[in-house]
Amino acid sequence: MEGEDEASAQMIDEIYSNGGDDSRRHRPIINGEQLDIEAYAALYSGRTKISRLLFIANRCDNVSMQLEALRMAYDEVKKGENTQLFREVVQKIDGRLGQSYGNDSAWIEAVERRAEQKKEKLETELNAYRTNLIKESIRMGYNDFGDFYYAHGALGDAFKNYVRTRDYCTTSKHIIHMCLNAILVSIEMGQFIHVSSYVGKAEQNSEASEPITVAKLRAAAGLALLEAKKYKLAARKFLETGHELGNNYTEVIAPQDIATYGGLCALASFDRAELKSKVIDNLSFRNFLELVPEVRELIHDFYSSHYASCLDYLGNLKANLLLDIHLHDHVEMLYDEIRHKALIQYTHPFVSVDLGMMANAFKTSVAGLEKELEALITDNQIQARIDSHNKILYARHADQRNATFQRVLQTGNEFDRDVRAMLLRASLIKHDYNLRSSRKL
Amino acid sequence: MNLNMNSVESLVAQIQGLSSSGDDIAHLHNLLKQSEELLQSESTRLAVVLAELDPSKHSLGYLYILEACTAAPISKEQANEVILSIARFINECAAEQIRLAPDKFISVCKRFKDQVMLLEAPMRGVAPLLTAVRKLKTTSEQLTALHPDFLLLCLLAKCYKTGLCILEDDIYEIDQPKDFFLYCYYGGMIRIGQKHFHKALELLHNVVTAPMSTINAIAVEAYKKYILVSLIHLGQFSTSFPKYTSSAAQRNLKNFSQPYIDLANCYGNGKISELEAYVQANRENFEIDNNLGLVKQVVSSIYKRNIQRLTQTYLTLSLQDIANTVQLNSPKEAEMHVLQMIQDGEIYATINQKDGMVRFLEDPEQYKTCEMIERIDSSIRRIMTLSKKLTTMDELISCDPQYLAKAGRERQRFDFDDFDTVPQKFNI
Repeated sequence: MEGEDEASAQMIDEIYSNGGDDSRRHRPIINGEQLDIEAYAALYSGRTKISRLLFIANRCDNVSMQLEALRMAYDEVKKGENTQLFREVVQKIDGRLGQSYGNDSAWIEAVERRAEQKKEKLETELNAYRTNLIKESIRMGYNDFGDFYYAHGALGDAFKNYVRTRDYCTTSKHIIHMCLNAILVSIEMGQFIHVSSYVGKAEQNSEASEPITVAKLRAAAGLALLEAKKYKLAARKFLETGHELGNNYTEVIAPQDIATYGGLCALASFDRAELKSKVIDNLSFRNFLELVPEVRELIHDFYSSHYASCLDYLGNLKANLLLDIHLHDHVEMLYDEIRHKALIQYTHPFVSVDLGMMANAFKTSVAGLEKELEALITDNQIQARIDSHNKILYARHADQRNATFQRVLQTGNEFDRDVRAMLLRASLIKHDYNLRSSRKL
Repeated sequence: MNLNMNSVESLVAQIQGLSSSGDDIAHLHNLLKQSEELLQSESTRLAVVLAELDPSKHSLGYLYILEACTAAPISKEQANEVILSIARFINECAAEQIRLAPDKFISVCKRFKDQVMLLEAPMRGVAPLLTAVRKLKTTSEQLTALHPDFLLLCLLAKCYKTGLCILEDDIYEIDQPKDFFLYCYYGGMIRIGQKHFHKALELLHNVVTAPMSTINAIAVEAYKKYILVSLIHLGQFSTSFPKYTSSAAQRNLKNFSQPYIDLANCYGNGKISELEAYVQANRENFEIDNNLGLVKQVVSSIYKRNIQRLTQTYLTLSLQDIANTVQLNSPKEAEMHVLQMIQDGEIYATINQKDGMVRFLEDPEQYKTCEMIERIDSSIRRIMTLSKKLTTMDELISCDPQYLAKAGRERQRFDFDDFDTVPQKFNI
């Protein structure tokens, strides 16, 4: 997880035996390390920093963490001009942080007065531009309005104004600028359908755009797909994100997030070959992975079939991932998917598998494993059957010949039945038709 | 035609004289048609006249007089006698003669059926009606108006096996849609009685998907049974109709059978306790429809379905585990279920009573035996005949002037080229 680079540095070595595998030295695994909120918040800037802090405050049961997040959110809001958000934060704090974090009504008043003045100024300016019909100035006017509303937290109005600039865009650069603004606001609003449509629009005009912009668009598209639960496509987008992104898009996403989101989505949806070619051998993505060693390690563990340590890493990351504003909804689903993938991969090469050993490798009980396998077999994801008496899983090889015979006979029967039914219906229709024509005569 | 009295007598004489050669019979048929009114007015005295005729020789004349004489309402005391005389006629009459006047024959047979029902002795009607159906139909592919009546009597008398001999013939020619609906509905019920569920499904499916301009009660009842049978036989039910289903059926059927659709949804969840609770709560609905028995079979089939699912996943499983997963009370009960299913050939398994384990096996059929080859061969031949029939039908329709006129009108243009490829109007 983001901001745990420091934590991982001070880990102690430990010996882990991976079920069925020779014991091998492992990088030790941090246990339930609490999220370092300060380091986490430092990764972001702008509004998303506040939203993320508030999200943590809402989700976290730990009171000291909650207050820590709120305190930082308070400081951050005060730097800006969003009075609405300020009131919210103050209400959440509810005086728990002492006098200095109270409801600063003087500040609110000052900010609102300034805002009022600025709005009037912008309006007069815009009207002047409009009467003069200078396209570029009108665009700038609307853009300023968008920025103004965005700063004050009126996201809907900001979005409207940014989109209005569209009619006055003259170069593809302007269009991309407009799209990026629209994407930023839509992500804040949680309107991910807008995000993907504006990414599409921006990409149509991307002949001359810089690698940073391309990377930004990829990351935004990945987010939109992630929200739409299209994990495979999301993984591809994150993996395509160029390392130029760096710290240039902190108002939306940190490079650490790209690694986590991309890595987890890829694990959950890619097959082995794709995982190897698109994730492990992907030089540009490796730069992202270096930022989050846990994710890198767990991907490697998964690929080299050290499932126990892979699942341990996942287990440790889970608490923090649940506090992530974008990923929290998808953690369970991605984890289930990864676990299923691991189970399937584990059984794949064997003709028979001892359930005891397998349970050991997956750190679970034989009975629990049996249930999981049963679900996967019923889903036809594993071709095998369980010998519950001897606790062994036997692979099942479909007999092509028998299956073909069965299918042929079945198809024949279906054809027979369908044709007869059809002839009957034809006969009925014909009867009806005769009846009608005889009535006419 | 001086006097009525004379006319009846002379008619009898004509019948006796004109019942031998084909030409004579055609002439007689005309005469009989002309004297229908006369027969009606004299209906009360005709019973005596009947005695003078021989049903096997003078079938046509006998039929006309019998029809006239049974037209009047019949009292319960007379019923027995009437039944006997009609049954005797059906058995002895000549098929070629009665086919000249199918309407009369059908109406006599229907009255016969009514009387049998009135006496609550459906069993007495089964054999005569079977003969009647056989004599009336010209080919085995024809559906007569007597088919549904015969099946109804079979159902009431619980003579399912007798009904099968008619159901085994494939039907393609239909006179009346109502006959067809009833034929399929009763046929489906007989098949259900015999536990030939896939055949029953086929028949009920025909009713549900038959072309119809308005919804009818037979289709609604058939749809209810269709849902239940498909749960029993296939373990699932899809609420979507095939696209050839008439729009009237697609729109309305579901509204009329909501409890059954809910039952199917409940079944889909696989939870036995929920299903039982639902059946208990809606017991009255099912009872009114006389479907409670089938619903009970649905409930017991879910056990089978769950056990069958286990065979896909497990190679060996203890009886205790089976009882737990399938929600049976005891291993003993599970053993009974498994045993029954092995006997019925629904699963392949062996039970080891010593350690209470069940070993599931694969389907032993290897498709190598002579019988299997013969079966496949017969299937192929059957399908070839069917496909020939389909081609003939297609050709017939492509040459049908009415169809061509309509197809041409729909296209607006009347090009010669249009008839080269006639559109596939009735796809499967």
